[in-house]
Amino acid sequence: MSINSLGLYNYWIYGFVLVIGLYAVLVKGNYVKRMIGLSIFQGAAFLLYITMDKIEGGTGPIFVTPPQPGDLFANPLPQVLILTAIVVGIAVTALGLAITIRIKEEYGTIEESEIREVDRQA
Amino acid sequence: MSLLEWVAALFLVCGGFFVLVGGVGMLRMPDLYTRMHAASVTETMGTLLIMTGLILIAGWTLASVKLFAILLFLLFTGPVASYAVANTALIAGIKPQLAEDGPQIGGPEVPRP
Amino acid sequence: MITVLGLFTLTFLVIAALATVQSRNLFVASMWFCIFSLMMAANFLILDAADVALTEAAVGAGVSTVLFMGALSLTAEHEHVRERSGWLPALVLGLLFAVLFAASFEQPRLGDPLAPVHQHVAPFYLSETPRLIDIPNVVTAILASFRGYDTLGEVLVVFTAGIGVLSVLSFSPKKNQQLSGEGVAERVRGVQHHAILRVAGKLIIPLLMLFALVVQFHGEYSPGGGFSAGALFAAAVMLYGILEGADRSAKAMPQDWMLRLAALGAMLYIGVGIVCMMLGGNFLDYSVLSSKPVAGQQLGILLVEFGVGLTVSTVLIMIFNAIANRSTY
Repeated sequence: MSINSLGLYNYWIYGFVLVIGLYAVLVKGNYVKRMIGLSIFQGAAFLLYITMDKIEGGTGPIFVTPPQPGDLFANPLPQVLILTAIVVGIAVTALGLAITIRIKEEYGTIEESEIREVDRQA
Repeated sequence: MSLLEWVAALFLVCGGFFVLVGGVGMLRMPDLYTRMHAASVTETMGTLLIMTGLILIAGWTLASVKLFAILLFLLFTGPVASYAVANTALIAGIKPQLAEDGPQIGGPEVPRP
Repeated sequence: MITVLGLFTLTFLVIAALATVQSRNLFVASMWFCIFSLMMAANFLILDAADVALTEAAVGAGVSTVLFMGALSLTAEHEHVRERSGWLPALVLGLLFAVLFAASFEQPRLGDPLAPVHQHVAPFYLSETPRLIDIPNVVTAILASFRGYDTLGEVLVVFTAGIGVLSVLSFSPKKNQQLSGEGVAERVRGVQHHAILRVAGKLIIPLLMLFALVVQFHGEYSPGGGFSAGALFAAAVMLYGILEGADRSAKAMPQDWMLRLAALGAMLYIGVGIVCMMLGGNFLDYSVLSSKPVAGQQLGILLVEFGVGLTVSTVLIMIFNAIANRSTY
């Protein structure tokens, strides 16, 4: 049994975690919970890309010894994309959290229903 | 398998046993402080035995030195983290459950005044 | 055996995601998110992506949790129970999951060497890196040299997010929400009553900074590079801020200097590109930086990765100081 017995399990997990993250963004009224859901959604997207790079019998794309023609290496390209995407994701999450802090200071709450109440009365 | 590999396998199995003990203890203990006690078994004995087994398998390579450094860091920070959680719980007002409060296995943790 | 490990981490990922969304207490939700990120990092390691696992562990399980908890200490602890009626989003999301599930059957199974993704560009990168750039870490070679434009864009996005946070949080809070007189006097700074935490933490901070520098400059030979190193260095400064109080960390790393260093990192990246143009090559074509093209590529990658690490670390430190020094409550 090798890693390939997992078959398509990675893709099903990716779909499920994506849907969980989107559910948090759409249904929950609390803004911080929505930011957490957005981060979970991003994590699922990372999982899809890194799933694509695995080769059976290969190692990581680092040449510890000079490469022979028969060696198999994992695909380095999705790793490059996700490496930058992780840091950009945290920067965007931090911006979202800063806006949430300002909303709390102005409205006194971070629940969407209560914010609508305050806006309706204003 | 040579003798070294048998000894390493013994260390790994014992380490796994202690991790399992820690996990079962976390579920079965009645109170936050006793659960922290169970968790600290995992991070000391479990870490020590598993890392020793891995170092024996790796032999005299650079990987052994790195594993030893990881072991030192884990032994250093793990108990500090347990202390931090237990101390914060005490300051937050969660009182340890004493024998005269009666049996109360599991259940959610409520801070009592 | 690795199948069992893969199964475990993937399934625990779903459990952690469900627990995160379900918890009412937001601190508990952010801790579950930390566990989710750690499981994601373990999963990346099983799938042979070492750089990405290092970055995800440093960023997701480290920096992200601290930022969430910092924001939560300023906003709210509990989530209110009232939600909108969730049947329409649940229906749409169920349809989405069904579509993704049906589409997954046309994907190549995990590890297939004949998958289309392995056929076109990847063999070119794997075969050309020893010839053109000659560094062992192919991921760093692609990040800094072959796909240098994309990385330049990412660095600028990180810098923009830092500016955004500074501009949003530059409005001071309303007068009636500031601390009262006796509250300021009694406020404990950092964790100064916990001697064990302070000693242990302060012993770890220099080692963490040293490790960040190793990851930064060793990124051509082992997993690492500018992004992970920046996150690790920011994590060291955040640890100092948590232990000694955020005002001390803001004094140690002043906001305006962090802004200047972040701009310097981005300008270093662009500057290397412009120097390449002035020396006769294209923008970000490092071969002209030295008499031998291979040495020029390596010099270019070193400088560019340093620029990336500088910008990422200073932006994350800036964001932490801005959030942690907010004086409401």
